[in-house]
Amino acid sequence: MTTAPPPEFVKRPTPVRKANRAIDERFGTQAGLRRNLNKVFPDHWSFMIGEIALYSFIVLLLTGIYLTLFFDPSNTEVIYNGSYVPLKGVEMSRAYASTLDISFDTRAGLVFRQIHHWAALVFVGSIVVHLLRVFFTGAYRKPREVNWLIGVGLLVLGILEGFAGYSLPDDLLSGTGLRIAASIAQSIPIIGTWASFMLFNGEFPGANFLPRLYVIHILLVPGILLALIGAHMGILWHQKHTDFPGPGKTEHNVVGHRVFPIFAVKSGGFFMMVFAMLALLGGLAQINPIWMFGPYDPSKVSSASQPDWYIGFLDGSTRLMPPWEFRGLGHTVPAVFWPTAVLPGILFTLLALYPFLEARFTGDTKSHNLLQRPRDTPVRTALGAMSISFYLVLWISGGNDVIAKTFSISLNAMTWAGRIGLIIVPPIAYAVTKKLCIGLQEKDAEIAHHGIETGIIRQLPSGEFVEDHRPKPELVPDHPHVPTDRYALPSANGHDDGHGKGLARRAGKAVSGFFVEEKEPGTPGHDTPAGSEKH
Amino acid sequence: MTETSGTSPDTPPDPAPRAVSTSASADTPAAADLAAAGASADVDAPAGATATVDPPAGTGEATAAGPAVRTRLLRRPSRGRAASARRRRRSSALVLLLGLLSTGVLWSVLAPSGSAAQTSDANEAVRQGRALYAQGCSTCHGLGAQGSNTGPSLIGVGAAAVDFQVSTGRMPLAAPAAQADRKPALYSQTQIDQLAAYIDSLGGGPAVPKVTDTALDDADLSHGGELYRANCAQCHQAVAQGAPLTYGKFAPSLSESTPTQIVEAMRTGPESMPVFGDRQIDEKDAVAVAAYVQHLTKTKSPGGFSLGKYGPVPEGLLGLLVGVGGLLVVCLWIGARQKV
Repeated sequence: MTTAPPPEFVKRPTPVRKANRAIDERFGTQAGLRRNLNKVFPDHWSFMIGEIALYSFIVLLLTGIYLTLFFDPSNTEVIYNGSYVPLKGVEMSRAYASTLDISFDTRAGLVFRQIHHWAALVFVGSIVVHLLRVFFTGAYRKPREVNWLIGVGLLVLGILEGFAGYSLPDDLLSGTGLRIAASIAQSIPIIGTWASFMLFNGEFPGANFLPRLYVIHILLVPGILLALIGAHMGILWHQKHTDFPGPGKTEHNVVGHRVFPIFAVKSGGFFMMVFAMLALLGGLAQINPIWMFGPYDPSKVSSASQPDWYIGFLDGSTRLMPPWEFRGLGHTVPAVFWPTAVLPGILFTLLALYPFLEARFTGDTKSHNLLQRPRDTPVRTALGAMSISFYLVLWISGGNDVIAKTFSISLNAMTWAGRIGLIIVPPIAYAVTKKLCIGLQEKDAEIAHHGIETGIIRQLPSGEFVEDHRPKPELVPDHPHVPTDRYALPSANGHDDGHGKGLARRAGKAVSGFFVEEKEPGTPGHDTPAGSEKH
Repeated sequence: MTETSGTSPDTPPDPAPRAVSTSASADTPAAADLAAAGASADVDAPAGATATVDPPAGTGEATAAGPAVRTRLLRRPSRGRAASARRRRRSSALVLLLGLLSTGVLWSVLAPSGSAAQTSDANEAVRQGRALYAQGCSTCHGLGAQGSNTGPSLIGVGAAAVDFQVSTGRMPLAAPAAQADRKPALYSQTQIDQLAAYIDSLGGGPAVPKVTDTALDDADLSHGGELYRANCAQCHQAVAQGAPLTYGKFAPSLSESTPTQIVEAMRTGPESMPVFGDRQIDEKDAVAVAAYVQHLTKTKSPGGFSLGKYGPVPEGLLGLLVGVGGLLVVCLWIGARQKV
């Protein structure tokens, strides 16, 4: 695997080149390095959403390592004697006491705790937004189904990891969450009691539960997450990134920037931005003030106890579920079983199987490297909107007590609105979205036929009025539905297409780029892609 | 409503005898009702008394009326020698009877409340309070505070309940709803005290607790916190921000509650709240709970902007809207800056 050194090495032996040559002479890395640094990634703002999740995961690891230095996951009861006066002399677990110590008696402990928690919220949130981007553009289609499955696994594990972290400090809120988790385990028919006993090492709250949860939170789940993230990105690297159709872009190439230097610099900068956002949140906004909640005691509960947002939809489904209990054959199936065990099971199974179901129903067995616009696939887009509305009704119902209190609405009215909304809103969302997609397609077809109306009326010397039409846009190869022109209205002079320099203008271009190709027709040499690669 | 609060103390419309009659018939709400309605023309035992006793007593203070009547009665024979002995005997017997009656009743009502000076002030407060009551409260609670279809009876609710309801602005009610909400108080503290004295005079009940700053400073915060979490947090939320109950009722936020109001609410159990009597939570513990609530709501909490102290719901909103949303804007910005 040795390669002849390029002439540059001889000419200017800088320290980097020397080190590179030294490594190459020993490990033969040069060829692989060159190949990978020359890899091309497409440029689109929506391809960076997954990076938010990756970078918040790195922030979670860094802050989490700091927190493990001070946290003591022990159920042992102690009398608190730290700096926070209103809890002095109160009996509590070592876990809660050490979380208080992190918050009040450890240098930078509170800000690390808060960054860690905000990063967890943003981590799961950006996974969900990334998933929506992948779904609505059809990026999961063959050959990328496995990466879709890994992504669903990452989402589920991210939720579990977040819940474990929320439960560790052993405050009143986290204990209430664990109490509910224990109830859910108990509600499983036949094996419920044993499942709960196994999880909690006996009757809730088990004697040695927190150390177990700690191992799950800091070793087991993060280890699996890390491995899956590696697999997710390895497969992405190997299969190459998808891209929106556009001039010069086909099913068999990738157009964009090489990893080094542009993509690397851009991603490095973006990592700094993500870290800055999380640090801002952690420094300015309070999160999970456990000292106000008090230590956990199974006999106590606070009203308006809520889980973190990613569990909220299950809380909502529990609130909406009527109290139907089934008894028979010597067993009881409590009402809580259906919304908390069956429902998420169905939802995540459907999510994981969606690529295969779609391939089955559409009969599409080809490989795809170009993305689809949401309007091109009205049924998929409508199904997605339907699922989002279903999720949102559940999610809003999860906070219905806070909403009822804040806006002075009856809690019972909120519950019934959620029950009825859960049934009628998703079909409406489906119908409206499908109609919208078809309407947009019709608009595309109209433009393809007649060109773009400019809205500029001119009077000819003969007195006749005519409207300026811009020429019919060229069609993108391999993708006849996508016009190559933007629907931007011309500016006042009627000809300037608006190459403004303002941030708003650029942001507008970026947004419209999600839907239609940005390049102007007839200027193919203007923006030559910096690199391209064959699939 | 400022009219009400402005004019009512300036118009003490009731002549003293009616106050006497009210006090005299305090045991029977129906009679009090009649008296409060100004039905002095009705021939009732106390009303007849006022007619007989006439001018001199009318100028005296309500509190002094009873003893004054008796004194005059004793002196009368020596002053009115010119009158016929028969007429004198008859009227003096009547006056004696009524004087003794009103004295006895007044004694039974006022004697337990302390020294003579306090009694005098208290009766003045009762008189003023009754005027305020007739003007601002009687529409719903009835002229004798006996209650009606639109408001509960106030007999026996005590001064603490009046002070709580009126000082938090819940009463007078703005409009009938599932539950009265806190609003700016319509009456001054003096007027509230007068109303409270009047309602207290109808049948006792919990007195307004005295929560001093010293007691608050000395309170055991962590014990108060434990009591709060055991007894209050399940409705008022762990950080005292309140939460909904069923059908539009709610446990209110305690952010604006004063320590006195918190103890009053514990003692009187307004709306859906249970009563926490002093056998369950003694005075010291009640003050400790109030001190803990003050700490939760007034102390600046470490960690930055507290998001309304509602926990994961606003946290999730901020995390998604500002955290994820802000980073999406950064994506757009980076995406817009590059040229392919």
